[in-house]
Amino acid sequence: MTDFLLIMVTGLGLGALYFLAASGLSIIYGLMGVLNFAHGAFMMAGSYAGWLTMSNLPSGLSVATRLLVAVVVAIAVGAVIGLLVEVVLIRPLYRHHIQQVLVTVGLSLASVAAAQGIWGADPRTVEKPEWMGGTTVVLGARLPNDRFVFILVALAVFLGLLALLHYTRLGLIIRAGVENRTMVEALGINVHSTFTIVFALGGAAAALAGLLYSQYAGTVSPAQGGSLLIYAFIVVVIGGMGSLVGTAVAAVAVGLVQQLANFYAASGVGDLSVVLLLALVLLLRPTSLKGAHA
Amino acid sequence: MRSAAVLKALPGVVILAVLAYLPYVPAQLPGILPGRVNGPGSLQLLATCLVIAGIALSYDVLFGRTGLLSFGHALFVAAGSYLLTISLADWSLPLPAAVTVAVVGTTLLALVVGGIALRVGGIAFAMVTLAFAQAASIIVLRNPSGVTGGEEGKSLNRSAVPGLLVGVANAPYRYWLALAFVVLCLLVVTLLVRSRAGHAMAAIRENEGRAAVLGFDTYRVKLLAIVVGAFLGGVGGIVHAVVLGGSNPHVTTTEFTLALLIMVVLGGAGSTWGALLGGFLYTYADARLVELSGAGFADALPEVAQQVLAEPLFVLGLFFIVIVYFAPAGLTGLGGRLIRRGRAT
Repeated sequence: MTDFLLIMVTGLGLGALYFLAASGLSIIYGLMGVLNFAHGAFMMAGSYAGWLTMSNLPSGLSVATRLLVAVVVAIAVGAVIGLLVEVVLIRPLYRHHIQQVLVTVGLSLASVAAAQGIWGADPRTVEKPEWMGGTTVVLGARLPNDRFVFILVALAVFLGLLALLHYTRLGLIIRAGVENRTMVEALGINVHSTFTIVFALGGAAAALAGLLYSQYAGTVSPAQGGSLLIYAFIVVVIGGMGSLVGTAVAAVAVGLVQQLANFYAASGVGDLSVVLLLALVLLLRPTSLKGAHA
Repeated sequence: MRSAAVLKALPGVVILAVLAYLPYVPAQLPGILPGRVNGPGSLQLLATCLVIAGIALSYDVLFGRTGLLSFGHALFVAAGSYLLTISLADWSLPLPAAVTVAVVGTTLLALVVGGIALRVGGIAFAMVTLAFAQAASIIVLRNPSGVTGGEEGKSLNRSAVPGLLVGVANAPYRYWLALAFVVLCLLVVTLLVRSRAGHAMAAIRENEGRAAVLGFDTYRVKLLAIVVGAFLGGVGGIVHAVVLGGSNPHVTTTEFTLALLIMVVLGGAGSTWGALLGGFLYTYADARLVELSGAGFADALPEVAQQVLAEPLFVLGLFFIVIVYFAPAGLTGLGGRLIRRGRAT
């Protein structure tokens, strides 16, 4: 029972990270039709920005304070990079979906290689606040505290995005754009500025995911973003592209399936069962992939 | 008509003939190739470039010819490579049987994976193929019961391979094997493109809805493209394993598929020689850029910039972005455009 509880909480924590990584990806895809491979680079940027901030702040500050500053810096860096990528690289290629994918592929390769050149390919250790490394005893199970942090952050981002989508003018335009972009344009609304904002939001969420993932792993490395990106892709496909709620449900499902299978079957089976889950969803409900309502 | 076709094929034949003659050229090309042209180092490098060029051409059957954006082509290359090394080493099959197992296994795998993945189209197809390839990559790296060799890779069982194909002194034979693979890819792709199925593929690439309305069974045509691409990719995996002396887990990774995509776009998607050129140049640059960046011209730059420039993928990634923007038809398309412009003035 205690094992089960631990697995569930870890699965939920991991699902929270997957959600953070996938939410931006899903909205960007739903609205703009861009499959953003550079999302892995955004995550990497977030984790390295956090790591650099934490190691450069005076060590007199407590680790938790430095982590909080690092979170702010990472989010800002992610948003700025997302904005730049959209304006400089994606904007000239509107309506050329394949070329957009290609450019983001090139960008992700180049940025991972650049990080490797600057900081080396080896993982670097990240400091973790004592409290996050500790455990809380719930019903006899010793649960790591960082999982709760991940879940709470993801929940906050989820609710924030939902509120943004449903109670603001921007959200209205995004939802309408996911539904039918041409119509929104025909009504005289400038969708292009919305694209930039969505990319910046996605970049910020991805950077946050990257930073939190480096806390989960205890290290930063150039390859981290890429491995998280693949799960984010799977989550986006299962959840239905462009649907925030679908993404959240799929992220939780993927995180739980992965952890349960890893524990009860064998290590590594979890990763495979996630792929199996994807194949099952495709076979049973191929229509869920055509993009749902945001 | 006949003579025109012969004339058109002539440059290709000449290039292949020159490539086939290279192991007899003892010249030095300092900076371009390590040592003599017919030295084992140069021939090994060239053989690797040729194999990857052929594999890039096999990927172009999907991407450039049929318009299928697949992120899982590495799966089939890896299947060919690992099925060969495993059936030689663990099942002690003779070479012909092992090659048959690898080719048939890869083709069947393509039927199953393609059959499932084609239930969705466009970007979703790309992601599903990515997921399948990722699953294979995970299996290979987990090394179940020591079969795949994990991160170390699986070395070729040398005693099961003819003596001509192993050892440093026999590099020319491996080089010719790689060249033969390129010729096989060229022949298959050329025949396929000219066949009815090839025309159907082009129709699907240009406008899938229209092809469906015209009565093409688009599902089967796309599946055919995947199976042919996987067949050639699997053979490429086999040759790759022989040339490099084993299966390398790198060929299972997503990065490898993405590299194939980059090669095809660099050279020119949907163009036979473009894909070959892209694959060849990419592999060559990946292997040689490190040495070029250490050659001294970058000394004036700060150290960080030097470190970044020493990463071949950084340079290739940026170059690739530039190509996507300014030469969407790739290097061969760019060349063709320059030639036409020269004639016009």
